[in-house]
Amino acid sequence: MIPKQPVGIIGWGAYLPQYRIKVETIATVWGTYLERYTEGLGVEEKAVAGPDEDTTTIAIEAAQNAIKRAQIESSELGAVLAGSESPPYAVKPTGCTVAEVIGTTPNILAADLEFACKAGTEAIQFCMGLVSSGMIKYGIAIGADVAQSAPGDDLEYATAAGGAAFIIGKLDGKAAASINASSSYVTDTPDFWRRSEQPYPKHGGVFTGQAYFHHVINAGKQLIKELDMKPQDFQHAIFHQPNGKFPEKVAKELGFVSEQIRVGMLVNTIGNTYSGCIPLGLSAVLDNAKPGDNILVVSYGSGAGSDAFYIVAQDAIEDKRELAPTVQDYIDRKEYVDYSCYAKWRRMIIGLEAKR
Amino acid sequence: MRKVAIIGVGMTKVGHLFSESLRSLFSKAVRSALEDAGNPKIDALYVGNMSAGQFNNQENIAALLSDFAGLNGIPATRIEEGCASGAGAIYNGFKAVASGSHDFVLVGGVEKMMDTSTCDATSIVSTVTDQEYEAFLGLSLVGINAMVMRLYMNTFDVGREPFAKFSVQMHDNASKNPYAQFPFKTSMDKAMNSNPVAEPIHLMDCAPLGDGAAALILCPEEYAKKFTSSPVEIIGAGHGMDTFIFHTRDDFLSLKAIRDSARDAYRMAGITPGKVDLMEIHDSFSITAFLTIEDLGFVEKGATGQAIDEGLISLDGPLPVNPSGGLKARGHPIGATGVYQMAEVVLQLRGQAGARQVPGAETGLTNNISGFGASSYVHILRG
Amino acid sequence: MHVSKFWRELPQRYRLEGKRCSQCGKVCFPPRDICPICNSNQMTSVTLPKSGKIITYTVMHTVPSHFEIFKPYIIALVQLEDGTHITTQLTDCKPENITLGMDVEAVIRKINEDGRDGIIYYSYKFRPVLKNLKKNTDKKPILQYDSV
Repeated sequence: MIPKQPVGIIGWGAYLPQYRIKVETIATVWGTYLERYTEGLGVEEKAVAGPDEDTTTIAIEAAQNAIKRAQIESSELGAVLAGSESPPYAVKPTGCTVAEVIGTTPNILAADLEFACKAGTEAIQFCMGLVSSGMIKYGIAIGADVAQSAPGDDLEYATAAGGAAFIIGKLDGKAAASINASSSYVTDTPDFWRRSEQPYPKHGGVFTGQAYFHHVINAGKQLIKELDMKPQDFQHAIFHQPNGKFPEKVAKELGFVSEQIRVGMLVNTIGNTYSGCIPLGLSAVLDNAKPGDNILVVSYGSGAGSDAFYIVAQDAIEDKRELAPTVQDYIDRKEYVDYSCYAKWRRMIIGLEAKR
Repeated sequence: MRKVAIIGVGMTKVGHLFSESLRSLFSKAVRSALEDAGNPKIDALYVGNMSAGQFNNQENIAALLSDFAGLNGIPATRIEEGCASGAGAIYNGFKAVASGSHDFVLVGGVEKMMDTSTCDATSIVSTVTDQEYEAFLGLSLVGINAMVMRLYMNTFDVGREPFAKFSVQMHDNASKNPYAQFPFKTSMDKAMNSNPVAEPIHLMDCAPLGDGAAALILCPEEYAKKFTSSPVEIIGAGHGMDTFIFHTRDDFLSLKAIRDSARDAYRMAGITPGKVDLMEIHDSFSITAFLTIEDLGFVEKGATGQAIDEGLISLDGPLPVNPSGGLKARGHPIGATGVYQMAEVVLQLRGQAGARQVPGAETGLTNNISGFGASSYVHILRG
Repeated sequence: MHVSKFWRELPQRYRLEGKRCSQCGKVCFPPRDICPICNSNQMTSVTLPKSGKIITYTVMHTVPSHFEIFKPYIIALVQLEDGTHITTQLTDCKPENITLGMDVEAVIRKINEDGRDGIIYYSYKFRPVLKNLKKNTDKKPILQYDSV
């Protein structure tokens, strides 16, 4: 998919909560062999949402940071699209609250998107279409999650909270990066799902991993082939990070080297922020990329599908970096919590609701 | 304007009075006051109550209480002004008599708080704060006072000790008051080490929750001698206001409502602060008492701690504060407090205060405020 | 609280919108229709600055109903950059790290919710400034005078 009118990322912004819980802390509670997760999955600690945070508050700060870097007035935004698999309401869009806070209502298109961990990257694709067609001047695409996992499940060691936002506009001198092309690879695959009334997702274990590799690798291969490019042409590659090992395997399979995926790999220190994962990885790369850098992005959402993007950093990127906190600024801001605090905040304690 | 005297005083003990209802409490106080006054025929009733609607699910209480107190058929009005409802009832009763509208007016106050949980009662009390811009944020009345206490301590370089000493003094006084909720002494150790409520305020800096009712009978001064050998006259009254939300105030360490109501009361009474022999003030929290003592003109801003250290506010000192034990130890059944304050001053000026009598008391002052000083009443009495 | 009660204050809770008197310049938060200083009714909407300093604060331990899960929490009196004052919760900080006069900035967080099936109450809170950013010189000045 190549936009008729060239489009770009005018501003980007990230957000991570300040709280962290160590994988070691979780493993101790459940009696799990620690190295299975620290070595086996390459995750040391993950970001935890505070008791006054949720997907919407994360989306709001990411959006505000993106607006700071875009250097536009909120009134110039024509769309607010928020992608998540943990919206606070099943019915009542996060997008509306974000749109109201940033001052874009009432003349605005606002909506929520859902596709497991790739809900944020779809939002980017939809904004690309709206901008390129001339329907809107700027759109904001947000991916954010307070990822859920059943207590004691394997997923619990990595599910984290965070998000990032991108303001998409016509490609002009203000753009930090161009989005040259995008393609999606989607099938109906029951690798990981959550039924409507259930609090936690279920997954197929090893099958889920296979589904990840199948879609990410094919999406990546497909886009690189369409562009008639080679892996060596890219300075940065960002692959979805359910853990620290899978993206490395994808990189190797596609012909990328570790150095190319290093800047966008955050899972080791912040965990898997689901719909926030690729947006945060992309933000981290934009925080560091030099004008002219080629960036390959491949997200993954269970159910299943991958969105791939070819992005090129532009000249304006360097002046925009310091207009908002970087991903590293948020990573460096940390405060550890223990499991009891984490459980209380995640409402995992039976009888907690009786207090209300 | 006629001169107004107080000829009868009645009050219940303050406490967790589970056997008493809103109406039974008020009736008891009314009967006591009438008996004390020699049973005059009452022409009108003013009753102060903060929140029967929330504590007791009961509105329209002027009609309810006058009926059940045996005063059915006379004009009855409920005054609601948060924690100043009691003084509000007095002030309006005073005006009714002074203006000639009525002759014998019963003014009372009642609050029945203990049919709710502590958590709910705290929330109800906090409905005197701004519901959208203070309570909505999880801030309670104690939280506002706590912010002020921290600012005060920082500005005047004062520790928590003087505040604890104040609480100790209140308990000391209450130990001699049969109506008090906490008629026992306490120690500096207990006062300093009680649990934090909203830092830097600790439990012993706070007035408790409790039930109670008090009543006074007012009449024109010219008739008073027929009913009592020791009438007490209300010689000054003032009602001051300030902005509602704490953060919109001009001065965070001074209560304009107190300054304005005091100025008007002193002017009406024709006296200066130096002429006051004792006072019953609104120590909802110890910091509130500190600001009050300063804003009433008794000490310089920031100097209350020093005054307490020098023993100036004790019963035998030059500036006795809250001989009843104050809100802290006598208790604070909210709508009744203003009336309890005046009842105490009346007993003191009559020489009927027993073990807690302030020697030679002739002029007394009461100050009752709402919330954190959105409104304030000062009354000055002479015996 | 009924939903309409919360909804009505959204411009204040989400965007810190107050009102400014066109006659004497007094800024009010929350907004009002009559100026408390000069009694004018010529009040215009204004968006307040999102940063300020802590004047004083408290740590709440005995909390009102429905706030139990959050205790202890911090409430502060903050003076915004234009001199207007605001009462607010502080977040992302510990009491021992607060100093009077400290710089803080506004964020949007959950204040509470009406039970697990009721609406969520989002509002401003303030936190210690995360990072001193490069000023965007293209932006309009902080106070934006909008419609009446």
